[in-house]
Amino acid sequence: MKRHKARLMQGNEAIAEGALAAGCTFFAGYPITPASEITELMSRELPIMGHPFIQMEDEIASIGACIGASLAGGKAMTATSGPGFSLMQENLGYAYVAEVPLVVVNVMRAGPSTGMPTSVAQGDVQQARWGTHGDHPAIVLCPATVAEAFELTVTAFNHAERFRTPVILLADEMVAHTREKLVLPAAEEIEVINRRRPAVPPDWYLPYKTDGSLIPRLADLGEGYRYHVTGLIHDERGFPTGRQDEAGWFYARLFGKISRHFKYLERINSFGMEDAEYVIVAYGCTARSARAAVRLGRAQGMRVGLLQLLCLWPFPRNAVETALTGKRAALVPELNFGQMRREVLRVNNGRTKVLGLTKTDGTMIAPDEILKRLREAA
Amino acid sequence: MTGSNRTIVYEWLRHDKKFPHVWCPGCGLGILLGSLVRALSSSGLDKNRVVLVSGIGCSGRLPVYVDTASVHTTHGRALTFALGIKLSKPDLVVIVVMGDGDATAIGGNHLIHAARRNLDLTALIVNNQTYGMTGGQFSPTTPFGSKASTAVFGHIENSFDISALSETAGAAFVARSTVYHVNQMDNLILQAIRKKGFSVLEVLSPCHTNFGRHNRLGSQVDMMKMYKKQGVPVKRWEQMSEKERLDRIPLGVLTDRDMPTYLDSYAEVCRLAAGMREEGKI
Repeated sequence: MKRHKARLMQGNEAIAEGALAAGCTFFAGYPITPASEITELMSRELPIMGHPFIQMEDEIASIGACIGASLAGGKAMTATSGPGFSLMQENLGYAYVAEVPLVVVNVMRAGPSTGMPTSVAQGDVQQARWGTHGDHPAIVLCPATVAEAFELTVTAFNHAERFRTPVILLADEMVAHTREKLVLPAAEEIEVINRRRPAVPPDWYLPYKTDGSLIPRLADLGEGYRYHVTGLIHDERGFPTGRQDEAGWFYARLFGKISRHFKYLERINSFGMEDAEYVIVAYGCTARSARAAVRLGRAQGMRVGLLQLLCLWPFPRNAVETALTGKRAALVPELNFGQMRREVLRVNNGRTKVLGLTKTDGTMIAPDEILKRLREAA
Repeated sequence: MTGSNRTIVYEWLRHDKKFPHVWCPGCGLGILLGSLVRALSSSGLDKNRVVLVSGIGCSGRLPVYVDTASVHTTHGRALTFALGIKLSKPDLVVIVVMGDGDATAIGGNHLIHAARRNLDLTALIVNNQTYGMTGGQFSPTTPFGSKASTAVFGHIENSFDISALSETAGAAFVARSTVYHVNQMDNLILQAIRKKGFSVLEVLSPCHTNFGRHNRLGSQVDMMKMYKKQGVPVKRWEQMSEKERLDRIPLGVLTDRDMPTYLDSYAEVCRLAAGMREEGKI
């Protein structure tokens, strides 16, 4: 692959390119439609750079290998779709608790179960937030175009490294398989964030002690920092604890390190929002239909705007609240039974009429379907 | 053996981790812990280069006491984490401690694939023939007909032979010992660590609290005597008749073969890939 020039590529290729641009040094995956192209590309590109690629025996093993690689200092990614994402949930929880940076790509297809493997859906939105057992914060990014797939993959790595947490890139089959023009930026134009490593000698290192950022520094395994990593709730030394005060602080810090950066994490694209009377709140492939609906609606004299969510979790509460205030109605079109509409309803709290438009037959929502639904509200 | 037990303890056990350990009095895991640190001490390895990885269960608590980097992973998945560590940092010595349920039930798939890949990892599989931590339910190594808290009428499934399974799946080195045969265990751990490729050491260890109690095998001392009686060196085992082999267990090195490791082959892939890129072929 030649860099820094315009190329026609599909979303899955852009995700692999984004990972490499962000400094990914480890990939473990298991074949699954519609995410396999990412694994195939990484299997070619990583050995060229002398980095490990491995195809594992299943998705549980894939994310396990990524966690190990990340602890040893690598920047790790795995890619899968619904069934594999379900299998990954337990180890994903481990990565939240042990605070291991890594990127998990879930290219959504119609589920549950085997579902419709080659058809588009957006049914994993709440799973990406609440899939593993227990309470934890989550960062979930959602691209709608090939360019966004590239850019958000870089962002996913940066968030993972900065916040010491797994980050989920929630693409969908349509974005993954659509071919569009992408101009790859030069390496120096891409901001790459790497995790903070300890600034103290091994004897002083407390693996889960933090400063005001609430984000502990992570030592690579094998660098003389002989610390303990566990999925049990642990104290500052990393050792299991059952003490009320230590467990309470652990959870407070785990949430705090994300919640105090809500503003930083918020990613919104506004389109025609300046004078909009009607707002479409959309994400992923559906945002593309919504964008067309805005143009179409405006051509017909309807003042429609789009609020595209690029970071689904943490939910951009402020942006959505502000955008909906004083509007005649809002519409949340999505390829599920209304998973994000629930969130929009929750933050809007009854002040604006929030309509849903759901589709779960393996096809996209068309722009005129969106307009038709909006007219019903008008 | 380098150094006295005292210096080994000082050198290889964590100073900031309080003892006593979590295991029942008489449990074999403490003996394995001793064996492991003696073997590590004899190996001459720099402890900064050793990573201990474990799964969930009684055996999963072992690495936390050792003064190396340690990763206590999820149930059954220790080998997958270990693989990630080893691939990312091939110069590290990665030792994985698992139980029989951990390694051959929930993690059975990872075990056979790790053996097949022949990545340079050392797996110490503690076989107490039961799920000790959760109260003595039957595991894949519980013998047919035994009692367990989930088989009060007798166990009706055949058991895995962990060593034979690992050997068939392709491990480079397979050995078996018991916590009674401590000197042998020390040596076998050392051999397993030094072996290039995937090595498995199956360690038979008594769970008198659960397996022993359900099956009326007596105290931990009685179970240790049982291992003494059952264990025979591989060489003698080979000369024994079928009848003599009944209720006996071969101990020692069962397989030791030299094969290219995963990392050897992957280095070749990297060379090939880089060359093809240079020539503009990919």
